Amino acid sequence: MMDTVNTMAPWREAFDAFAANDEAAAMGSKSRAEAFARFEAHGLPTKRHEYWKYTPVRGLEPSGAVATREGGDPFADVEAYRLVFVDGRIDMSRSDHAALSAAVEVAGPEGAPWMEGVFGTLQNRDIPGAMFQVERPFADLNMAMFTDGLAVRIPAGTALSKPIHLRYEGSVAAHLRLEMLIEAGASVTVLESGAGALTTGAEIVVEDGASLDHLRAQTEVGERQFTALYATVGADASLKSFTLCADAALIRNETVVVMAGDNGSGHVAAGVMGMDDTLVDNTVYVSHEAEHCESRQVIKSVLDGNAKSVFQGKIFVKQGAQKTDGYQISQAVLLSERAEFNAKPELEIYADDVICSHGSTTGALDEEAKFYLRSRGCTEAEAEALLVAAFIDEAILEIADEGLQGRMRETTSAWMNARAGR
Amino acid sequence: MLKIENLHCRLEEEPDTTILKGVSLEVPAGEVHAIMGPNGSGKSTLSYVLSGRDGYEVTDGSATMGGEDILDMDPEERAAAGLFLAFQYPVEIPGVGNMIFLRTAMNAQRKARGEEEISAPDFLKMVRAKAKELNISPEMMKRPVNVGFSGGEKKRNEILQMAMLEPRMCILDETDSGLDVDAMKLVASGVNAMRSPDRGFLVITHYQRLLDHIKPDVVHILSNGRIVQTGGPELALKVENEGYADLIDAA
Repeated sequence: MMDTVNTMAPWREAFDAFAANDEAAAMGSKSRAEAFARFEAHGLPTKRHEYWKYTPVRGLEPSGAVATREGGDPFADVEAYRLVFVDGRIDMSRSDHAALSAAVEVAGPEGAPWMEGVFGTLQNRDIPGAMFQVERPFADLNMAMFTDGLAVRIPAGTALSKPIHLRYEGSVAAHLRLEMLIEAGASVTVLESGAGALTTGAEIVVEDGASLDHLRAQTEVGERQFTALYATVGADASLKSFTLCADAALIRNETVVVMAGDNGSGHVAAGVMGMDDTLVDNTVYVSHEAEHCESRQVIKSVLDGNAKSVFQGKIFVKQGAQKTDGYQISQAVLLSERAEFNAKPELEIYADDVICSHGSTTGALDEEAKFYLRSRGCTEAEAEALLVAAFIDEAILEIADEGLQGRMRETTSAWMNARAGR
Repeated sequence: MLKIENLHCRLEEEPDTTILKGVSLEVPAGEVHAIMGPNGSGKSTLSYVLSGRDGYEVTDGSATMGGEDILDMDPEERAAAGLFLAFQYPVEIPGVGNMIFLRTAMNAQRKARGEEEISAPDFLKMVRAKAKELNISPEMMKRPVNVGFSGGEKKRNEILQMAMLEPRMCILDETDSGLDVDAMKLVASGVNAMRSPDRGFLVITHYQRLLDHIKPDVVHILSNGRIVQTGGPELALKVENEGYADLIDAA
């Protein structure tokens, strides 16, 4: 295809310049080159790529600007180890790097000896038995060109008292990386917010009996953001990931969770709010490779104007992964006739003693309920806000911490109020 | 208080189906009027048209409250003006807490009338007192609106909303349906406690038994979209003893 060559040329130039000039490029130069080659070979996603059918990427340039929408950081006043990245580099003066280093082991995005089992191993892993390996071009781009990030090892048995908050600011198209090893029995909460990352890439190992609560707010992304999160969940371990997305030109979140040990639990949830010409895509792949694991995918979208939301969710159950309990629900409320929700649920099951189910609904708000609320005096906007809050809450309830649940509710209702004020 | 004159209405989706064919009645402040009638006579339609539900088209006639035309108002404007409908089938709203719903509604009405919002402590105090009178547990108040409520609990919740919102015109649509005797007494005492010289009630019911507990001043018989008879409480007893057929034939 001719235009692929043309489209990729500026990316090749940008990568070559980065590899030659940026001191960060010295880290893992081989894996960077390989990752870039995969990105280049794939090209920018078009409708012709199976997993990008609903989310074609047009007009993206390597040096494209990043825009931050007003609305503020929902995690700004959460007591946390805060790490602020500006234009793709950590701003030490605003970061609690020293305090975090005192509590757990912190390194650059790669290089620490313990990272050998993490960096690149999750992202580049073949999922055994899967029919095909899904290509993830922006995860490759991130690995090729990340300028900074963080590697964290939470030592066995450590329950980190405060969340780690990764804050992305600035105006350049930055690529940031998180590598994390949560050792047996340890637990940690990770927060992410801000528009200052074109791509983020994360590889997280949740060892036996460990737990990760992950919360991501994409409520300030004015332009585009592509994220990739790869996690393996060990025996008796738990992962809970929740993302709140609002009004970006294009957000694509890819989440790959491998249930690698028996009795593990993996939950991926998202709340999507869209107005105008916005597009949010949550693509989730949960691979069950051990017995007695439970997984949930809960995606709730509220869409107005021309907004679009996409959910592609797969539950893959490997041969022998008996007693798997896999569940997936995606629902959308359309507040305008032009809004659109595309759901692509996939189940691929090679074990015979499992429970897997999925459901998807799309519709307007319940008119009966709306009339009931209005008959009691609520304005139409208030009635809609109450019903939308109730609708999104099913996803928000996937967040373990009640205080953080509250913050997500506030952000949701602020969005509804802004909508009512328009 | 409420004045309905020659009210005609049909279904928007079935313009050939006229349900109300010239209803006229007036409920003065301080009075309780009952509307009785057989199934399909238009009782519930009347309550929906008055409260502003979509799907009905008024083709003739008027309805005013304190002289104000209510048919041109949105449902929330009618509520703020003091109209309340206790639903025959209260709607379940998963995920919306009873308390937040009630407080939002109260404050929306107050705001619409240019009054100050009720403070959180005042609201709590008021709702606790009123809920107690209706035997509604604090646990019920924490649940989502009407979700998992029994038939009786739903109706009590309607009366609680009415007590909190303090409307000047209350319409009760078959509030007795699905209630056992004890629940009906509880609901009736809630209604009776609200009777006052500046408040009107329109009690829609199929059976006379509710009217043993909520004594009406005037009883109207609605049949085939028209009021065919109006009388005192004895009219309700007559229905109970003789059925609707004779009354309707006589009209």
